[in-house]
Amino acid sequence: MATDADFASSFSQPVLPGVKPLVRFDAVTKRYGGVTAVDQLSLDIYPSEFFALLGPSGCGKTTLLRLLAGFGTPDEGRILLDGEDISAVPPYRRPVNMMFQSYALFPHLSVTGNIAFGLKQESMSRKDARQRVEELLALVKLEDCARRRPHQLSGGQRQRVALARALAKRPKVLLLDEPLAALDKKLREETQFELTRLQRQLGTAFVIVTHDQEEAMTVADRIAVMDHGRLIQVATPSEIYEQPASRWVADFIGDVNLIEGTVESINDGSTVVIGKDGQRFRFGTSADIWPGMNVWVALRPEKLSITTTPQDAKENCVSGTVSDIAYRGNTLVYRVRVASGTDMKVSVTNRQRLVDIPIQIGDGVSLTWTPDAGVVLGH
Amino acid sequence: MPASSSGTEMAAPGTAKPKVARSPGTAFMIGLPYLWLALLILIPCLIVLRISLSQTVIAQPPYVPVFDFAGGFAAIKAFLGALSFENYGSLFADTLYISSYLKSLEIAALSTLALLVLGYPVAYAMSRAPGRWQAILVMLVILPFWTSFLIRVYAWITILQHDGLLNRVLMALGVIDAPYVWLATDTAVYIGIVYSYLPFMVLPLYASLQKLDDTLLEAAADLGCRRWQAFWKITVPLSLPGVLAGTLLCFIPITGEFVIPDLLGGSQTVMIGQTLWTEFFGNKDWPVASAIAIVLLCLLVVPIALFEKMRVREIEGR
Repeated sequence: MATDADFASSFSQPVLPGVKPLVRFDAVTKRYGGVTAVDQLSLDIYPSEFFALLGPSGCGKTTLLRLLAGFGTPDEGRILLDGEDISAVPPYRRPVNMMFQSYALFPHLSVTGNIAFGLKQESMSRKDARQRVEELLALVKLEDCARRRPHQLSGGQRQRVALARALAKRPKVLLLDEPLAALDKKLREETQFELTRLQRQLGTAFVIVTHDQEEAMTVADRIAVMDHGRLIQVATPSEIYEQPASRWVADFIGDVNLIEGTVESINDGSTVVIGKDGQRFRFGTSADIWPGMNVWVALRPEKLSITTTPQDAKENCVSGTVSDIAYRGNTLVYRVRVASGTDMKVSVTNRQRLVDIPIQIGDGVSLTWTPDAGVVLGH
Repeated sequence: MPASSSGTEMAAPGTAKPKVARSPGTAFMIGLPYLWLALLILIPCLIVLRISLSQTVIAQPPYVPVFDFAGGFAAIKAFLGALSFENYGSLFADTLYISSYLKSLEIAALSTLALLVLGYPVAYAMSRAPGRWQAILVMLVILPFWTSFLIRVYAWITILQHDGLLNRVLMALGVIDAPYVWLATDTAVYIGIVYSYLPFMVLPLYASLQKLDDTLLEAAADLGCRRWQAFWKITVPLSLPGVLAGTLLCFIPITGEFVIPDLLGGSQTVMIGQTLWTEFFGNKDWPVASAIAIVLLCLLVVPIALFEKMRVREIEGR
């Protein structure tokens, strides 16, 4: 598919002009048996960047990370690190380190032994190694556990040992394979902030693999959304959320209402879309759409206003009946059955400590939004 | 290892055992195996110990003193007074016994080493084999057990004898010109022992190598280890419990081995099991035979205790 390839190549533009990429995947393909895990993928990662590979399981994100670590070589294409082709360099000679999903701590070694493992391997002097281990223990706040074995640590402590061990050799790129998957929600959220803090402090490029879109949005400077071994979109978290490249991305990242329609006209920076049920929608312009095209309108639930007072707006307004209300503490999510018979979600921040919820199930409501609230997606 | 502070998220496991009130039924269920152990291991051991302190006579039973239940307190006193450690003294006085013990330990140590050297690569290869092959390989390792141990040792006689299979093959290959004497030598004993005990070495080694997490080797490679370095730094240390289990599983029974040296060995190879057999069945000297058994037991308690200590440490390590 030529259009997809063109689409993907547009991601290789540097974020900052003049900055050379640290890692470059150059048309990399990796197959396992008959399955193409990574398909003609090109991607640049820049120095000091916190980069996330995000996608559903089996999308090829872990394969890509393992190729960068050196566990397997690409069937086609090259991987460049600092401009050098490292495709054939074995993992033990690559200046990258990986933090494994299972942590892979050596059970027969103490915390210190684990962290110092890579340092001993590069025959660092005993004194320097000890000093480096102490720095790392302080960095991950594990000074009290230095002599313990992995089985004597909690999950969170093990995670920090794994992180310290992967950072010990001062890698050019730190690879994190679902690093927080084994932690409970609260600890995971704390650790996300800890990771960002650490990455800023060290200035090392971090590449994280995750299936958790919230995690990717929290930690990363840029996110690559992957599916079926290809890149679907590479952008900053806010771009991915506000300007999803496709219906698939819009749906994968966060909640979204998707309305099918046809482009009526495009002029003066505004696009008019006629919905299936004849409503008129006005949005800003998007690339790759033209009048008469079948499109989808993506509207985030929190960008809609809900009201029980009748609206006479001719554009960007649908009416319906509240079919369900979910109370989530910080937000209220209304499910509104609109004329076409589909449901639309609207979320409202729970500002006051409400005694009564003003809108009830069964109420007739109108949903309105401004032209910049949504995007028109061609595919 | 003491938990350093109250702030640590987890205490070292095994520090506190919760007290559980046990019902009589539970106590019975727990007590049953202990009763079993007492009846089948502790009491027979005590009987052997008691015979080892007696003197041999030509009678039925062939030792004195015999405990007289009807005699009351005076009889018990007389009985206890008649027991002596004389037999143990005679064990150390005669070089026959000492050299049998030493020979047994020597054969056990050397053949266990040979088993380890042979068994480790086999177990390692099995553990690295594709999953669907592993079950078949384990089956192959235990396949010899389907044939009687005695028959398998007899089979070795026909292989090792003067015009046996081994000599014929070696001569056909031109390795040797004339038949070599295998049978009735130490070599034959070693061959027989290594052959018979290989599964006991391979299986525990395989069990510990098989559960080795491959990600650990990847982590080692990621941190700068070549494959052989990762093997020495990760695989070998993590398989040590298996090495220890296999070593003791072989060393302990080999020390007391009787059948293999008796059938394959020559008259110059006298292991302690054979000496014991001769005392018991040949000389009908039950007390000396019992003393030999008790000393052997004490020699083997050391490795067994070591094994137990290591096993406990491994369990705590989980």
